[in-house]
Order: sequence, then structure tokens, then C-alpha cells
Amino acid sequence: MSVKDRDPLTGHQTTGHEWNGITELNTRVPRIVWFFIIVTHLWALIMWILLPTWPLVTTYTKGLLGFDQREVVKQDIVVANIARADWADRIATLPADDILKDPELMARVTGTAHQIFGDNCAGCHGTDAAGGPGFPSLIDTAWLWGGDTDTIMETLRVGINSNHPDTRFAQMSAFGRDGILPRDDIRLVVDYVQSLSGTAAPADRIATGGEIFANNCVACHGENGHGNTDLGAPNLTDAFWIYGGDDDAMFASIWGGRQGWMPAWEGRLSQTERKIITVYLQHLGQEALQ
Amino acid sequence: MLKTLLKPFARVFEFQAKTHYKMERHSMALTAGIILAAGVGGFVEIAPLFTIDDTVEDVADMRVYTPLEQAGRDIYIREGCYACHSQMIRTLRDEVERYGPYSLAVESKYDHPMLWGSKRTGPDLARVGDKYSDDWQVRHLINPRDLVPQSVMPQYAFLLEAPLRTDDLPGRLDALRMVGVPYTDDMIANAANDALGQAQPDGDRASGVLDRYGEATAVRVFDGQSGRLTEMDALVAYLQILGNLTDVAQNTQPMAEE
Repeated sequence: MSVKDRDPLTGHQTTGHEWNGITELNTRVPRIVWFFIIVTHLWALIMWILLPTWPLVTTYTKGLLGFDQREVVKQDIVVANIARADWADRIATLPADDILKDPELMARVTGTAHQIFGDNCAGCHGTDAAGGPGFPSLIDTAWLWGGDTDTIMETLRVGINSNHPDTRFAQMSAFGRDGILPRDDIRLVVDYVQSLSGTAAPADRIATGGEIFANNCVACHGENGHGNTDLGAPNLTDAFWIYGGDDDAMFASIWGGRQGWMPAWEGRLSQTERKIITVYLQHLGQEALQ
Repeated sequence: MLKTLLKPFARVFEFQAKTHYKMERHSMALTAGIILAAGVGGFVEIAPLFTIDDTVEDVADMRVYTPLEQAGRDIYIREGCYACHSQMIRTLRDEVERYGPYSLAVESKYDHPMLWGSKRTGPDLARVGDKYSDDWQVRHLINPRDLVPQSVMPQYAFLLEAPLRTDDLPGRLDALRMVGVPYTDDMIANAANDALGQAQPDGDRASGVLDRYGEATAVRVFDGQSGRLTEMDALVAYLQILGNLTDVAQNTQPMAEE
């Protein structure tokens, strides 16, 4: 280097730049910086050997530790499953009634189900499982396909009108749109069906509506309108309505038909998770009754 | 000790210092040097990914987006959905337990640009396909709070009114082919027809969609209004295919039955 000027005070070399008599020191790189540069380089060398690092055209060095994040997550899940196996196994094997009576297991069920339900079911059925327009409440006593443990488990597994090969299938015909019933007849059926759950209407309208009902609706909803859980046909005599029980909503249901859609959860939730949800819903239903 | 260690390299340091000293005084040489140094870093990190065999999994059943799904994807980008929704499930236990099998590179093989993201104001959407009904998706896009009262997502009701532009679809597919998506001439020529056909299950155009994109392709009225092709059709078709372009993730990561 050509610059040899030294600063008289510190003894360091200067850069040779000068601004009105002020010169710039050319101090050495501090030792601590050299120290860390060397340490980090050594660290990198060790990691090259231990972890996957260097590319070798079509493959790469795998490292002595055999570290693979995909294996790590697989192991994490296995470990987590073992950690909860003691209560998860009991939930999987015990009948729902026994679980409902066991406060310790129920604490596990409600704690876990809240997460699973929130991530998967609440989008339609709401965080409180009370449903909404078009989505049934899961905490009332009315179950389209039946409310015992096995039936709920099956509904969760295959879904309703879903793309699962074993899916439950239910369709309410579009009586008006498809020209099966004229507009006025549908109005009469609405009056009749409302009378089943205690809404008053002129007696002659109810009588005529009842005849139309007997000719068109009993195959699925039954002679008394109590529905049929084998077909997913709702009970029309109770106070629970998925699509609404007022004149206009019922007219819309009969005119345009209904075909609810519930996804199959077999590919997304394990059998134990589906059991937890089932027991959780039965628990919520019992709470709602009290 | 440090001095003894460094002593053998004294001449290297001297050379480095001298060159550095000279370069600092020549701005163009300095610029070239910086570009070269940064380029080495980029090259050794990126270039091997193109040659290493298992960067992208080799999967036979992976299919390209149909024109309708691709149009939906473009709407997804236009509306900035990616600003709040990621599309990548990471290899972490909590993500796998919540969203399903972690994402594989092959699942984004035909994504240009990819929409992995890391910002999650809303949930990850990598496996949202078939999780909810079309009807749910439409109602949710019209007003999210009708279905999820605590949602902060904006409303997209206008998509239901906006007719989908199809005349530019061949051009869009052609552009994607230039960057490596294997669209055939047949697919490009029929792009506009296929977009219409995928949302008209009863029409004449539907069979062509199944011929070109596979029997498993969802052909139905996505937005609930038959006879009209809207942007809602396209966006819902896209949302329903997310995670369903290939089954490889579900097959290679079977769900742990506890």
C-alpha cells in the first residue's frame, strides 16, 4: 500500500484522504470481529458435515444426522398420539353413554372437540353448533338421519350428498319449478304443514292441503309428517326448521326443492376425532335440554 | 494465538486488502464485484434446485388447471386474496393436524406465480377444496358474516353479477405454456368453450372439458345460477380444486389412526 501516513495521536495509519486538514483513520478490523468470522466459519464447516447442505448435481449431501423435517413432523405426530393414547383409546372404544358420565373423559372431549369443531364444522353450523339458515342445528333434538352415536358417526364419515362413494343421499324435489304442483297447491300444503306444528289456518285450506300432502309428500315425510331418518326426511311437526318455517321460506323450499350438502370427513378427520365430535354434540344437546 | 493462526494467510490478507483498496476507488469495478459476489450466493442456492431430482416430486395424476379454474385463480390474485390467505401447509405438527397433509412442491407445479405466502389473517387454503359446498362458498363470498359472525373478510357479492371474460382465456393459457405448463394446442383452442362448459353440466360443451382435463374434473353450476357464467363461477371452481389437483399428498401421508 502506498499510504504510509500515520496519525501522530493514535499511531494508526490514515487513508490518505484529507479534508481541510482533517484526515481519516484507517484502523484495523477489530479482533472481536475476526474472532466471530472464524467461529461462524468453523460452525458452517461442522454443519456441512452434519446437515443436508451441498448440491451434487442430481442429489445432495444428506449429512451425518440424517435430518429431514418431514420425518420430524411424522415423529412429532406419533409422539403426540402416544401422549394422548390413554384417553383417546378409551374414547374410541367406550360407548358414548359411558363417556358422557365420565367427567375426566368429558373434559378431554370438550377441550379437544372445541378445536376440531371450530376448524371444521363451525363454518356452517356455527361455533355454538346451533346452525343457521340452510344449516341444521346440532344441539336440538331433531336429527335428520338419527341422533344415536353410530348414526352420527356414519353421517360424519360419508357426508350428505357429498363426493364420498358411500355418501348419504337426500333430495327434496322442486315441486313448483319442475311443474309437479301449481303455485296455489303449494300455498295449501304450506298451510297444512304449518298446522302440523300448531299454526292456525282456515280449516278448509288445511283439509285440501292435507290431501295434496297425502298424494305427494308422505313417501318421504310419512303420513303424519313425522319424517323418516332412513331418508333424511325432516320431521315437519316439530318447531325446528332448517330453511325457515314462515310462509315464504316454506314456499321456497317446496317450489325449488332442497338438497343440503355436508362434506365427508373420512379423509380429513380420524375415526377417534369423529367420535370425539359425536360425543361432544350429544353433550351439547343434553346441555341445551337443561 | 489468533496471530499464529492467521500468520500463514498473511499474504492472502495483504492481497485482499490491496485489491479492495483499488476497487473502492473505481466505482464500476466495485459494482461488478458486488454483483459477482451476490451472484455466487444466488447461484449456489437456486441453480441446484433445477438439477436435483427430488426437488419436485414426480407424480402421474397431477393435472393442469382448467380454463375456468385458471380464470378463478386470476380473480383470486386480482382481488388480493393472497394478502390474507396462504396456500402452503408447512411441515409442522400443528399445521398438519389443523389443515391436513403438508404441501408438496408438485402441488404448486403449475402455479404461476405461486401463492404460498406466509400471511394468515384468514386460514390457509391449500386444502380447502371440497371442504365446504359451492353454496357455502358463494354465500360466504357474498357476505362472510352471514355464516361466520366473527369474520373480518370483505364482501365479494359483485362477483355474482360480473360476467366472466372468456375471450382472453386462450391467450392466458398460451402465456402459461410459455413458462412450462403443458397445455396442448387443443386445450388452448377450446379454452373459452371449456370455461363455459365446466359451469354448464347439461350443455354440449361439458364433455369436452372431461375429455381434456380428466373424468374427475368437477363440472357443475358453481354459483347457483345456471345459464350465466360469472366471476363467482370461476372463483368457486378454483377454490374447490385447491388441494385436489393430485392425491399424492393424501396417499403418501396417510392419516394417523389413533
